[in-house]
Amino acid sequence: MVLAIGIGAVNVPAGDVWTVLVHHATGRGAVDDIALDQIVWQFRTPRVVLAAVVGAGLAVAGAVLQTLVSNPLADPTVLGFSHGASLGAVLVITLGGAGLGGLGVSGAAFAGALLAGLLVFALGQRRGRLAPTRLVLAGVAVGYVLLSATSFVQLRATPTELRGVMFWMLGSVSGARWSQLPAVTAVVAIGTALLASFGRRLNALLAGDESATSLGVDVHRTRAVLLVVAALLTGTVIAVAGGIGFVGLMIPHLVRLALGADHRRLLPLSALLGAVYLVLVDLLSRTVDRPNELPLGILTALLGAPFFLWLLRRNKGLDAA
Amino acid sequence: MRLTVDGLDITLGATPVLRDVVLDVSPGQIVGLVGPNGSGKSTLLRAVYRSLRPAAGVVEVGGRDVWRLSSRAAARHTAAVLQDGAGAGGLTVAETVALGRTPHHGVLGRDGEGDRRAVAEAMENCGIAPLADRDLSSLSGGERQRVLLARALAQAPELLVLDELTNHLDIRARFELLGLIRKTGVTTLAVLHDLDLAARFCDRLVVLHHGRAVAAGPVLDALTPRLLHEVFGVRARAERHPDGVIRITYEADPLAP
Repeated sequence: MVLAIGIGAVNVPAGDVWTVLVHHATGRGAVDDIALDQIVWQFRTPRVVLAAVVGAGLAVAGAVLQTLVSNPLADPTVLGFSHGASLGAVLVITLGGAGLGGLGVSGAAFAGALLAGLLVFALGQRRGRLAPTRLVLAGVAVGYVLLSATSFVQLRATPTELRGVMFWMLGSVSGARWSQLPAVTAVVAIGTALLASFGRRLNALLAGDESATSLGVDVHRTRAVLLVVAALLTGTVIAVAGGIGFVGLMIPHLVRLALGADHRRLLPLSALLGAVYLVLVDLLSRTVDRPNELPLGILTALLGAPFFLWLLRRNKGLDAA
Repeated sequence: MRLTVDGLDITLGATPVLRDVVLDVSPGQIVGLVGPNGSGKSTLLRAVYRSLRPAAGVVEVGGRDVWRLSSRAAARHTAAVLQDGAGAGGLTVAETVALGRTPHHGVLGRDGEGDRRAVAEAMENCGIAPLADRDLSSLSGGERQRVLLARALAQAPELLVLDELTNHLDIRARFELLGLIRKTGVTTLAVLHDLDLAARFCDRLVVLHHGRAVAAGPVLDALTPRLLHEVFGVRARAERHPDGVIRITYEADPLAP
């Protein structure tokens, strides 16, 4: 992390980074160089922390959603959350916040993700119970509707607005500020802890709905709670970081391939790996084309997919799963 | 533990599936639930393992109405082996068997010595200890069913509910599995498709037809030639052979009117 904070448009030696961090964390030592302090503490550190938090949130949400709907392809995008967030964000970027009750881009994205989540939740029921296949199909359908709405709004946008929309949709943590971190971190930490506390019940869900019921799990309530928490979690991180794809899909599968599917290990390790991965991706995004920055969404898939495919080829057991 | 079902009515949507079903399994007995496809066998089981709430009637295990218990409390004495969750999502054999400990834990419960012992014992009894680290999806059908049975036994049940445990298995695996059930001594209600196997292994049979229990009792009392014809549509006899085993003999033309 110290390294990730040090490298960027301006490189800062690790030792100096450490001095600044220790100074702010403990009040000890002194930082003479104001520019250095500015770069390290005001820009880089919140950015790296946010990347870690967002990566963790997306990965945990993805892992839970995959089990929840018994579908290895599930992630916040497939279930429509991301498309809801996009529509909210694009509306504010093009029309301004006034039309949406003064919401900022983040607020609108959060509201969009939650509304999409509620819609999928409502449509994914059959006889009052959430049905996995129905949830996925509802998610995909709702996602497409939201996507067309987003495209329609984009058509009417000016080139400048379009660039903003593009950048938002591909995701970035460059806008990280200390002021927003506590709330986002709290939501991700509490959400992750809550989801992890369902580890045993999530394992039981792998055995099938009927079997899980016979193991004493209230399947309907478990699925409802998990869906709501996962939607809140993704809504929050997408709101601050934009539509970063592939992390929620890939990271949980990587952990499963390496260490198995037991959720009591899977969820904490997905959070950890998701955090590390997004910190690294963010680091690359601001170094490959210095001093320009690439959106995160481009790199998460560009780097992740080939590695993921290589791992799939090596692993024979997955086809049967 | 005794299982008592009384006056059970179940409707799915608007369709009545079970009507006024009465059933009784004494402690330690193996009772087979037989009937043609669609007669309501699996539905009856669902009411027992608390997955489908009856419209009327009671299901009591050990004298307690299971529908007045929490699903967790009920799962501490009733375990089921069902037909869903074929692949089990990448869990290993040991992890799958450990699922049986789910109802014995709260939210933050960690696996204790008792859990490990129950899991190890169940795997040992079902002969799957050497498979512990294998992925469930890499097993043969017979091995897989033994894993699911071990999961149910790790639940430390006093009532076992089995839905077509031996379906799609080769003949040796069928005998092995039913032998295992017999050895556990746990009270069992089992849906079985194979009448011959049911006649051989069960202490008593309950015959379901169009959602009603049309016969119940010792095998030879339940499976009369007349019932076999009326319910199953075949000409056959259940007979006790000199070796003490009850077998079904199908007539030369089983479909004769």
